[in-house]
Amino acid sequence: MAQTRTTPDTAPGTPETGRRPSAGHIVARALRGNLRQYGMLLALALIVLLFQIWTDGILLQPLNVTNLIQQNGYILILAVGMMIVIIAGHIDLSVGSLAAFVGAAAAVMMVEHRMAWPLALAVALLIGALAGAWQGFWIAYLGIPSFIVTLAGMLLFRGGTQILLQGQSIAPFPKGFQNISSGFLPAVGPSTDYHNLTLLLGLSVLAIAILQEVRGRRRAASYGLEPLPAGLFLVKLGAITAAVTAFTLLLASYHGVPIVLLILGVLLVGFGYVMRNSILGRHTYAIGGNEAAARLSGVKSKRVVFLAFVNMGVLAALAGLVFAARLNAGTPQAGINFELEAIAAAFIGGASASGGVGTVLGALTGGLVLGVLNNGMSLVGVGTDYQQVIKGLVLLAAVGFDVYNKRKAAA
Amino acid sequence: MARPVLEMRSISKTFPGVRALSEVNLTVAPGEVHAVCGENGAGKSTLMKVLSGVYPHGAYQGEIYFEGEPCRFRDIRASEQRGIVIIHQELALVPHLSIAENIFLGNEHATRGFISWHRTLTHAAALIRQVGLAESPHTRIADLGVGKQQLVEIAKALAKEVRLLILDEPTAALNDEDSRKLLDLILELKAQGISCILISHKLNEIARVADAVTILRDGRTIETIAIGPEGISEERIIRGMVGRDLEHRYPERTPVIGDIAFEIEDWSVRHPIDRRRKVVDGVSLHARRGEIVGIAGLMGAGRTELAMSVFGQSYGRWTGGRVRLHGREVRTRTVPEAIGHGIAYVTEDRKQLGLHLNDDISRNISLSALGKVARRGWVDRHEEARIAESFRRTMGIKAPSVFAETGKLSGGNQQKVALSKWIFAEPEVLILDEPTRGIDVGAKAEIYSVIAELATEGKTVLVISSELPELLGLCDRIYTMAAGRITGEATRSDATQESLMRLMTVSTASTDTQV
Repeated sequence: MAQTRTTPDTAPGTPETGRRPSAGHIVARALRGNLRQYGMLLALALIVLLFQIWTDGILLQPLNVTNLIQQNGYILILAVGMMIVIIAGHIDLSVGSLAAFVGAAAAVMMVEHRMAWPLALAVALLIGALAGAWQGFWIAYLGIPSFIVTLAGMLLFRGGTQILLQGQSIAPFPKGFQNISSGFLPAVGPSTDYHNLTLLLGLSVLAIAILQEVRGRRRAASYGLEPLPAGLFLVKLGAITAAVTAFTLLLASYHGVPIVLLILGVLLVGFGYVMRNSILGRHTYAIGGNEAAARLSGVKSKRVVFLAFVNMGVLAALAGLVFAARLNAGTPQAGINFELEAIAAAFIGGASASGGVGTVLGALTGGLVLGVLNNGMSLVGVGTDYQQVIKGLVLLAAVGFDVYNKRKAAA
Repeated sequence: MARPVLEMRSISKTFPGVRALSEVNLTVAPGEVHAVCGENGAGKSTLMKVLSGVYPHGAYQGEIYFEGEPCRFRDIRASEQRGIVIIHQELALVPHLSIAENIFLGNEHATRGFISWHRTLTHAAALIRQVGLAESPHTRIADLGVGKQQLVEIAKALAKEVRLLILDEPTAALNDEDSRKLLDLILELKAQGISCILISHKLNEIARVADAVTILRDGRTIETIAIGPEGISEERIIRGMVGRDLEHRYPERTPVIGDIAFEIEDWSVRHPIDRRRKVVDGVSLHARRGEIVGIAGLMGAGRTELAMSVFGQSYGRWTGGRVRLHGREVRTRTVPEAIGHGIAYVTEDRKQLGLHLNDDISRNISLSALGKVARRGWVDRHEEARIAESFRRTMGIKAPSVFAETGKLSGGNQQKVALSKWIFAEPEVLILDEPTRGIDVGAKAEIYSVIAELATEGKTVLVISSELPELLGLCDRIYTMAAGRITGEATRSDATQESLMRLMTVSTASTDTQV
């Protein structure tokens, strides 16, 4: 591009006219800019395709897709919170135990004390917030490494779970509570072959997505950024339309949208927006990216880290509730290794071990990669032993690929 | 003269965009203490890194002869094997290991990978005596003061059978007593035939122990002076160190200076780890509206520490002092408080402390005042980008767009981003720490204009710098600092490079830093 400038004073951002870079060039550049993000979505698509072929089409059957969402919901919820903690430059090893503890507490409240389930749910989330605040206090205000504090929390909450349940499972839960995990949007309207509300929801998601894309493109132009050429932009819109439509029809041809998916959708949009557009979100990235510089810029780093852990506590509680609802019991063994799955999801989804990097969408993508691998390998009959080996290698490969790319970019 | 122990012939070293050394020559005679002097950035450290193999053969031009043989060191180990050992200003000891373990770290007395404690301890005890320490070899480094740690470093060098010892600012962190002991030891080692290169800003020390002094300036050898029995005057050395050309054009400006806007009174700070050390000692200064005030000082003078301490106590342990704005005392104990009172600090360390290098330009500019582009906690990214874009144009930040990664910009452009960030915060008082360090001549001139512009707008600007021409070209009034204290004050018209350098290199004799 440089050769088109005649004077060094030409504002480099002004859109250059008269000469169009090739489409391939632009795609390559866009990919390079967001390699981790697109790379992971692309990898997810490839894995889905691979197992779709390998399982003779079972993977993408409406029943299996619904199962996949319900089976992985709680890990995905944890991954969102974990991503934020990792962006802030910390880690949380206690989330599995905390999820179990909150599930147990909810079980005691609902089954032994006959508490109304919405109230129990609210109290359970509050317990999560308090547990997060407890850990956040030690980490942010007393400066104890998060690895240690949450390792202690892992033992603490696991022990607490066993004390609460006295080694027994407590069941069953009211129907309303179970629906958090196994319920669907209600069926309304005229009888068609499809689930009407799901179609409606899919349609509105599609409309909003396209609106956002168009707005983003218009804005890019006003910043002097080179927008995608019209042809490519249409291709992109087409791809979005196809994906949303296919997914909507898939779910609509079964029981419709699971409640868990709704929860995940709200988390994705809500936390995605907070991390991108709120001062708090910005400060979280700033602290993880360069804490010294953030503090010298007036960022109240202790408060931000504290809040990241409170948030993690609430999301761990939510995940614990979803898991308990799915089992329809509070059990002492709940949540074992959830923290590892959530951490793996965040790193596969583009988090950086040194903090400051990552997106909520990335966390969900990483979690889905793990989920599809689990589900797909089970369907084709790979034993859990080999499943672990493969997941380990995928984690290593994803992060290794990223490190390699960064080094190449730096050189 | 006997055959020199070390000859460095026309050494040149370039970094991207900067020529750090050009055709530097350095010759050290056997058993000589050879001082190397120069301002910060003159090329002393780079030259020593070339000599010790930090920059391997091939990364520089020129030739090195040691004891008559040509040397092409691949790394530090290679130079140490030949007996060239460098002791850095920041000591490289492991605090939780013992003296003996540190002395032989990486150079262990061992048989098939297992340490022989008998040989280690007896050898360590001998070396400890040789450097004049009275500690047990088992004492942990963390339990020693800095002065004794410095002696352990020398013992470590002796263990490597050092032939040429390089000391980089060895007394910068020491009190007078410890400094004297160290200098005595250097003379003792010299009597044993060990040559020494001494890098120092303290001219009285050089006059005391050195046999010759080589002066570097702007990456060139200016002169080598042999010091005879009659000694050398400090003025003689200063004349060589300064005399730098006024190479830049500074913006024309008619200062409109108002009332006193910013005052620091009796400010003292102790070192964050070594609490006995006073890094800033009773500093008082003031600056007026529309005035550009310089703070001149060499490395270790306490300038950055003073600024960072005033700016939200971001360095060390504050032990006393007040800050006044327009005569009213204000609290600046946290960074948000300092920013809230309209103080901004632009750090000398852009990469570590100043910028988020993997974030884009717009996010860097808005970070310290995000509230200004947000409503109820939500950032208006459109507004943010618009403001960043206006800074990109007015400051002349050369980047494809405001969404370009800051880490990919040149040093000068990064500095413009850092300045934009703090100008956006609309402070009344700006403290600029080495605002033109490591950036090219063109960008320097642009930054000088920005600084002049800020003063014209009625801001109070403090510029910390070790480049004297820069201070003389830019500032209305200049303070000098040495060893944590203000050692002088001069208006632009009174000051010369020589007079300032004299005040920046005063001995610490009068400033005992012990409690």
